[in-house]
Amino acid sequence: MFSFILRRLLMIIPMALVVVTLTWGLVRIAPGNFYSGEKKLPAGVEATIRKKYGLDQPWYTQYGMMMSNIVRGDFGDSLKYQGQSVNEIIRRHLPYSATIGILGYLLALTLGLTAGTIAALRQNSWFDYGSMSLAMFGLSVPNFVLGPILVLIFSFWLYLLPSARLGGPLSLILPVVTLAAIYTAYIARLTRAGMLEVMRSDYIRTARAKGLDERSVLLRHAIRGGIIPVVSFTGPALAALLAGTVVVEKVFAIPGLGNIFIQSVLNRDEPLILGIVAFLSILIMVFNLIVDISYGFLDPRIRYE
Amino acid sequence: MTENVEIIKGASLGRDAWKRLLRNKLAVFGMIVLGLMIVAVIIGPAIIAWTTGYTYDSIPEQKELVKAMGPSFRHLMGTDDAGRDILARVLQGGRISLMVGIISTTVSLIIGVSYGATAGYLGGRIDNLMMRIVDIFYSIPYILIVIVLLSVFGGPSTPDWIKWLSATLGGAGNQGLSQIFLLFFALGLVSWLTMARVVRGQILSLKNQEFVMAAKATGVSTFAIIFRHLVPNALGPVIVYATLTVPSVMLTEAFLSYLGLGVQAPFASWGSLAADGVKNIAIFPWQLLFPGLTMALTLFSLNFLGDGLRDALDPQTRKF
Repeated sequence: MFSFILRRLLMIIPMALVVVTLTWGLVRIAPGNFYSGEKKLPAGVEATIRKKYGLDQPWYTQYGMMMSNIVRGDFGDSLKYQGQSVNEIIRRHLPYSATIGILGYLLALTLGLTAGTIAALRQNSWFDYGSMSLAMFGLSVPNFVLGPILVLIFSFWLYLLPSARLGGPLSLILPVVTLAAIYTAYIARLTRAGMLEVMRSDYIRTARAKGLDERSVLLRHAIRGGIIPVVSFTGPALAALLAGTVVVEKVFAIPGLGNIFIQSVLNRDEPLILGIVAFLSILIMVFNLIVDISYGFLDPRIRYE
Repeated sequence: MTENVEIIKGASLGRDAWKRLLRNKLAVFGMIVLGLMIVAVIIGPAIIAWTTGYTYDSIPEQKELVKAMGPSFRHLMGTDDAGRDILARVLQGGRISLMVGIISTTVSLIIGVSYGATAGYLGGRIDNLMMRIVDIFYSIPYILIVIVLLSVFGGPSTPDWIKWLSATLGGAGNQGLSQIFLLFFALGLVSWLTMARVVRGQILSLKNQEFVMAAKATGVSTFAIIFRHLVPNALGPVIVYATLTVPSVMLTEAFLSYLGLGVQAPFASWGSLAADGVKNIAIFPWQLLFPGLTMALTLFSLNFLGDGLRDALDPQTRKF
C-alpha cells in the first residue's frame, strides 16, 4: 500500500510536466500570440518587451528556460496583468472557486446520497420515480440557463437573495445551488444503482442472517459498497467542476480561477495558461490518487501492491 | 400432420433487446419526442417560411419601436432583439444542435473505438503507454484544445473536406457554416477519451475467449481480429455510451456558445439562442424560455433513451 502511494506520487510530477509541455505546444501551434491583439505596439517597444520575456530566443532555448523555472515552481509573470506573478494570481483567485466548488460538491453529496439511498430502498415508490425524474431534469438543463432562472425567481421576483457577487453567506446560496444541481443529479443516480446492486449481494444477506438490525446493515455494510461508483465519479467530477465553475462565475460575477483561465486562453497569456493548467493537472491527479486509495477502505476485496 | 407442427422461432439478441426497449415507457417516450423533433427541424423551417414568410435570419423591414415582441399568433415564440422570429430560429438552430450531437459523437466513436480496441487487444506495454496518454489528455482542459483547433484550422486554412461537408449537408457553402462544422469535429476530437476507456475494458474481457484464439489459429490478421471479431462483440456498451455522449456534446456546444466561442449569429443553435436569451432574461423571458425548454426536452428524451438502451442491451448490469 505504502509503495503504491509513493509510486503514484512520484509519477505526478513527470506527468504534470508532460501536460505542461503539451499545453505549451498547443499554445505555440495556434497562429498569433499575445502581441497580435487589437492594439498594435510600435516595433521597437514590442522588441524590447520580447527581449525582456526571452521571446527573442529560439524556441528550444525558451522551452528549456521555461521548464527549468517551472521545475522550481516559478511560472514567471503574467503578460496581461503586468508585474503580477502567476503564483500570486492563482493564490488570489483560487479561494473564490474553491469555496463555491467545495460547498457545491458537499451539497451535491449530501442531497444525492440521501435521495439515491432512499430511492433504492423504496424502489418503484413515488419517491423513487419523483427523485429520478428530477435528477434526469437536472442532467438536461444547462447551468447557464438554470442560474439566471434562479436569479429571476429569488432575486428579481421574491427579493430574497442577492443576484450576483460574493459578500456574506446569503450571496453564496444561488451560485452553490446552481453548481450543485447537475452533480446532485449524477450522484443520486449513481447511488441508487450502486445501492440496488449491493442490497442484493451475498454479504448483505449474511449480515441480515447473523441478526443485525436493518439500520446497521444499511449504515455499516451496504453504504460502503454502494457508494463506490460515486467515489469513482468524484475524480472526473472535480475536473468537470472547473468547467462548471466557469459558467457560475460568469453568471454571478465571481472573480474565480475559472474565469481567469478562460480569459488567459483568450488573451494568449502563456505563463498564466501554463501555470493554471499545471496547477489543475496536479490537483486532478492527486484527487484521482485519493479516490484509488479510498477504494481499499470501502471494499476490502480491492488491494494494491 | 406436418401442417400442425409449429416452427418455434428463436428470439435473437436484437429482437429480445428491442422488445425490452418497447416495454420501457420512458424510453419509448424519448424515441417519439426525438423522432418528432428530427422531423420538425427538417421540414419546420420550410413550413414557417411558407406560411408566414419568416426565416431564421429575416429581419423585418420597418423600424418598429420595440423589436422584441412577446409570443403572439404571428410569432408563436416571440421575436428576438433584432425582430427575428424565434420559432424559425429554434427550428433552424435545432438542425445545428442535433448535427453537433450526431457528427461529434460519430467522430468520438471512430477515434475512441479504434484507440480503445487497439490498446485493449495489444495489451502490455503498448496498452500502458496508450492509456497514460489518455490520462494526460484528461488533464489538459478541453476548452484549450477546442480553441487551438478552431484557430489553427479556422478561416482560410479550413480543410477542403470540411467545406465540402458543410456545403453538402448545410446547403449554403459559406464561411460561417464551415466554421460550425469545424466546431463539430473539434468537439468530437475532445470527447473520445471515455469511449476509449469503455471499449478497452470490454476488449480486455473478450480477447482471451475461444473465438479469438480460433481466428488467430486460422491466420486472421491482427487488424481483422480487432475490427471484424472483437469490436462487433463490444457493440452493446458502445451504443449505450454513444447515446449518452450525444447530450453531453450538445451541452458542451451550448457552453462554448455561451462563452462566445461556439455558433455565432446569424446562425443559431439551441445553446447560442439560450445564451442570447440569458442577457434579456428579466425583460424578455421568452427569449430564454423557448430555446431552453426545447433543448432540455431533447436532452431529457436522449437521456431516457440512453437509459432504456442500457437496460435493454445489457440485462446483467441494468439499473433494475
